[in-house]
Amino acid sequence: MTTLYFVLFLPLGSAIFIRSMAGRLSKGLSGGIACTSVLLAFASAALSFLNLKGMAVDQRSLILPIFEWARVGNESMRFDLLLDPLSAVMICVVTGVGSLIHIYSTSYMHEETDSEYARYFGYLNFFVFSMLTLVLAANFIVLFMGWELVGVSSYLLIGYYRSKTSAADAGKKAFIVNRVGDFGFLLAIFIIMGRFNSVNFSEVLPFAAAKLVAGSSLATITALLLFMGAMGKSAQLPLHVWLPDAMEGPTPVSALIHAATMVTAGVFMVARCHAIFELSPVAMTCIAWIGATTALFAASIALVQNDIKRVMAYSTLSQLGYMVMGVGVGAYSAGFFHLFTHAFFKALLFLGCGSVMHAMHGELDMGKMGGLKAKMPITYWTFLVGSLCLVGVFGTSGFFSKDEILYQALTSPQGSFGLWLMGTLGAACTAFYVSRLFFKTFHGEPRDHHAYEHAHESDSAMAIPLIILAVASLLISLLGLPSFIAQNFNGFDQWLDPVFKDLVRGADTATVNPWALSALYSAIAFGFGGLGYRWFARKSETPDRIYKAFSYIHAILWNKYYIDELYDFVFVRGFLGLSRWTYKYFEQGVVDGAVNSSGELARRGSSFLSEKIQTGKVRYYAGAVLFGAALVLLLLLRSL
Amino acid sequence: MLNIDLSLTLATLIFCIGATGVLVRRDPLVMFICIEMMFNAANLALVALANHFGRIEGQVMVFLVIAVAAAEVAVGLAIIIAIFRTEKDVDVDTISTMKG
Repeated sequence: MTTLYFVLFLPLGSAIFIRSMAGRLSKGLSGGIACTSVLLAFASAALSFLNLKGMAVDQRSLILPIFEWARVGNESMRFDLLLDPLSAVMICVVTGVGSLIHIYSTSYMHEETDSEYARYFGYLNFFVFSMLTLVLAANFIVLFMGWELVGVSSYLLIGYYRSKTSAADAGKKAFIVNRVGDFGFLLAIFIIMGRFNSVNFSEVLPFAAAKLVAGSSLATITALLLFMGAMGKSAQLPLHVWLPDAMEGPTPVSALIHAATMVTAGVFMVARCHAIFELSPVAMTCIAWIGATTALFAASIALVQNDIKRVMAYSTLSQLGYMVMGVGVGAYSAGFFHLFTHAFFKALLFLGCGSVMHAMHGELDMGKMGGLKAKMPITYWTFLVGSLCLVGVFGTSGFFSKDEILYQALTSPQGSFGLWLMGTLGAACTAFYVSRLFFKTFHGEPRDHHAYEHAHESDSAMAIPLIILAVASLLISLLGLPSFIAQNFNGFDQWLDPVFKDLVRGADTATVNPWALSALYSAIAFGFGGLGYRWFARKSETPDRIYKAFSYIHAILWNKYYIDELYDFVFVRGFLGLSRWTYKYFEQGVVDGAVNSSGELARRGSSFLSEKIQTGKVRYYAGAVLFGAALVLLLLLRSL
Repeated sequence: MLNIDLSLTLATLIFCIGATGVLVRRDPLVMFICIEMMFNAANLALVALANHFGRIEGQVMVFLVIAVAAAEVAVGLAIIIAIFRTEKDVDVDTISTMKG
């Protein structure tokens, strides 16, 4: 399995090389090295995958030792890699989608200077390496290390346009909000270390039920703390605020971070540690409801936003909500399948947005677009495929994955009608905002004629990744066909089966005809999508009238439920206020007071000892001498 | 033969007068005279005790003291004159530039 070393270390080597040669490499060379390294990593990942596939089903969990990191007493902490069906899928997605994004970037970033270009590709490679460390980790410490590396490299990439204050702020926000989640994750790791005397997955997860009693409060606390980490990375309520702001980074970065890699880390971690989550029904219920709330909440915000990248950002939040809801109701395989399909179609949509933005000279406001279909046919058709997947039109990959999650939310023992309803409402919102975005951008009359005249189709380096992703988005649905369509054809479920084989699934609480649900979703998709077409494909007064009639709701959605303002008030200003208070009373009063008064004490004491007796008056000195001499004499006489 | 007690009492008396004069007077010349009185009180005590014990060292010491006192007066008067030239005054209490 030496191929796995190439998967991990090719991107790292390339990142180090490009960054250390920064400024001395031409654009072609630095871009070429970066793309080649990730493509080779993808080839190695595919080989590893096939290798794993060639093994017996119950043998499919390989640990690759690399080195011993630290030895504490008798416990050894190792930097090891774990290749199992779960991580095998992840490395293929990360390197596959990642390499397409690298290729796309070579054209997208061509206006940068040589050294900036090298900086960009160095960071991008480093990000891929970080994510691969995360998914290949064989113990919690390496997982946490990858987790933090992803945080750092996302900070670097989001704040890539470093001369822009907003980009620098967005980078900081992403990092800091993630740290809040990491705090919980770290505490969970400490509990696991204390309870299991080990951090290796192979020594923790199989014994979870024995060491953490099912349903005990310790199991609940551990699961919730682990999930806190997932909430940060996967941007679930209330730690979602960093994701929309992270759109300040270059668009391919958004595609990489917010589709295929970073945000999926949380869902991946929950799936990886499902043995612990399964022990706490309370935590599972919490997770499912947080996911469902995020799904609906973010979709409702996306209804009114005008910035195409922001719509995509909220859409990502919403889709992550579905994944989390899926794992929360115990449908790990379904949640993970949605992660898999979403990685493709969301990367496609982000890259499509980037292509539009490129053509419109950085314009992101869909209110200034329109009619781009004629100018950009490749972008148009691929974007259409991505949109259909996101909406979940029957037959596309997005349909099967989302449908499965909603089906499980309704029927599984942990599911409930409320969860299903929120998910379905979210799906309705999704259909509407996607069609609004799509028709406003590509159909109708051009709203900004100057920009429209200059719009042009992107070159092949950008178009080819779009086409590949579009084809992939459609074809991967074949991997996960639900059982009601084709019995025993769900390759994805079967593939992940060794990972989730320990799950004991209770009886379904509800029975529904899956065909009826599919029909319902199709009706929703076409109904709300058609509404978007009616309102936005041609000039129509209706949307404006509705916005005016419900201006109150519109303002709430437009301002994202005022969550940022709330955080600003509570955390930023609250913290500043507390800091000012402690500065004024504690710092200046107590700390400075102690320092100043000890100085004053020393000054006064020494002035008494040295200054006050140095009067400069001869007669005092004479008196002192006399007094001293008399004293000495007295002592001498006494001692005789 | 002189009474040793009487001699020492006289020496002590002169020493105390001299010491009091140094402490209470502000005129440096008078202070000098008082210091001389203290020297001579010591000399008197040395001579009396030398006579009493029949030894020579005390009387030798007196010559040493007289020599040192003479040197000290020479230096001291020179300093007083130097101060008088700059300060136009010789009140020892006003001369306190060495104050800490």
